[in-house]
Amino acid sequence: MRMLAFARRNLMELIRDPLTLFFGAAFPLVLLGLLSAIQRSVPVPLFEINALTPAIAVFGQSFLTLFAALLIAKDRASALTQRLMASPMTGADFMLGYALPLLPLALLQALLCLLAGAPLGFSLAHLPGTLAVLMVSALFYIALGLLFGSLLNEKQVGGVCGALLTNLSAWLSGIWFDVRLVGGAFAAVANALPFLHAVEAARAAAVGRTGVWGHLLPVAACAIVLLAVAAWAFLRRMRGGKR
Amino acid sequence: MNAIETRGLTRRFGAVEAVRSLNLIVPEGELFALLGVNGAGKTTAIRMLCGLLPPTSGDALLLGRSITRESAAARALLNVSPQETAVAGGLSVRENLRFIAGVYGMDRRAASDAAEAMLERMGLTEVAGRRAKTLSGGWQRRLSIAMGLISRPKLLFLDEPTLGLDVLARRELWRVIEGLRSEMTIVLTTHYLEEAEALADRVGIMAKGTLKALGTPAQLVSQSGCASFEDAFVALAAGEEARP
Repeated sequence: MRMLAFARRNLMELIRDPLTLFFGAAFPLVLLGLLSAIQRSVPVPLFEINALTPAIAVFGQSFLTLFAALLIAKDRASALTQRLMASPMTGADFMLGYALPLLPLALLQALLCLLAGAPLGFSLAHLPGTLAVLMVSALFYIALGLLFGSLLNEKQVGGVCGALLTNLSAWLSGIWFDVRLVGGAFAAVANALPFLHAVEAARAAAVGRTGVWGHLLPVAACAIVLLAVAAWAFLRRMRGGKR
Repeated sequence: MNAIETRGLTRRFGAVEAVRSLNLIVPEGELFALLGVNGAGKTTAIRMLCGLLPPTSGDALLLGRSITRESAAARALLNVSPQETAVAGGLSVRENLRFIAGVYGMDRRAASDAAEAMLERMGLTEVAGRRAKTLSGGWQRRLSIAMGLISRPKLLFLDEPTLGLDVLARRELWRVIEGLRSEMTIVLTTHYLEEAEALADRVGIMAKGTLKALGTPAQLVSQSGCASFEDAFVALAAGEEARP
């Protein structure tokens, strides 16, 4: 009950913020349209619609990190969190209350992106499986946001999640270029991080290809670890009296 | 039963002892005011009692529940209205009240009923549908206190409840606080001495992290040998602060 009340409040705060609507829904669709137009003029295998659509859906999830981190960082700076920390809410109530409202937003975001790809030629034959895979990567991006929001202040979140993370996740995910073409340390780093695996899992699921689990498991493992670390960091900062 | 019983409650920040071995008893039903100049340790003491800051040593019992060993149970008995207005800006006044009722375990129907009753009681009905961030400071403060009351706490901490309010809004909140004294134990921190004198059954004066004086406003005036409560406070608190 406590967690659901908190989750409801967070959902209302999120959907009443125009930033959420633009970056969560509109921006990935704009990118999809632009890159499809480029693909029509200069065909590149990477931007073929069945590869591009799930990749853009994953890229859009990097904004979930920003939303989650901003919400927590703002809350941490406000007296409202003092009130909540003095209530019987537990660490699990806080983390689930922040994470849960982002899941329906993530589902809506992914669904919109995949459906928008359909008129451009994206096959919806594997829609349920692709959505399921995208929800796992969404959990990873949300967990990352919970951690950053627990550690950084609002201004730092803007820089780290708004600029740095969206760029890093774009470069290291193989959405815009094939990391194998760069090779060396860059490819090794990209393979060691979950961004590339999130995109590859979604691409494989979108066309019903095998190998989804091999990419998805490391993403799921990272999400679980990040959630645990975020809960620890949040409670340590708040109950330790640091904001 | 005592509402608050602290036993050597201490909090250090590095080499600085913000609260030093605080031993204080507040009986159930009392309106207790904690006074002190800036840095005296009163906010740190309140933060420890509310579970916002772990003590370095010592303990406190809130209605018999230890804040160190039974933190969740202790927190279920209290509510707080922090110094800064603690509202969810994107939610309406009514939604804020329902939200906090839910956080304290009420189901949706009970939370909705409690919110409507609190809107009426605190005179918030006319702004019930407005987003909290669009309200004036006075309305926000009133909402913040209403959010502190909606869980029907046995122990309510009011940290500077009238800070920044004009005299009319302050007197109106005094009236509200007066109306609560029969229902719960209230711990009030304030910089307004006339507020403590008008409202509190007993006053504790902190300086340099320790409790320097404790008693009714009349007792403190008498103890200090001063003519007024303000002079008594200066003698008991500021005098201590001024010493090396």
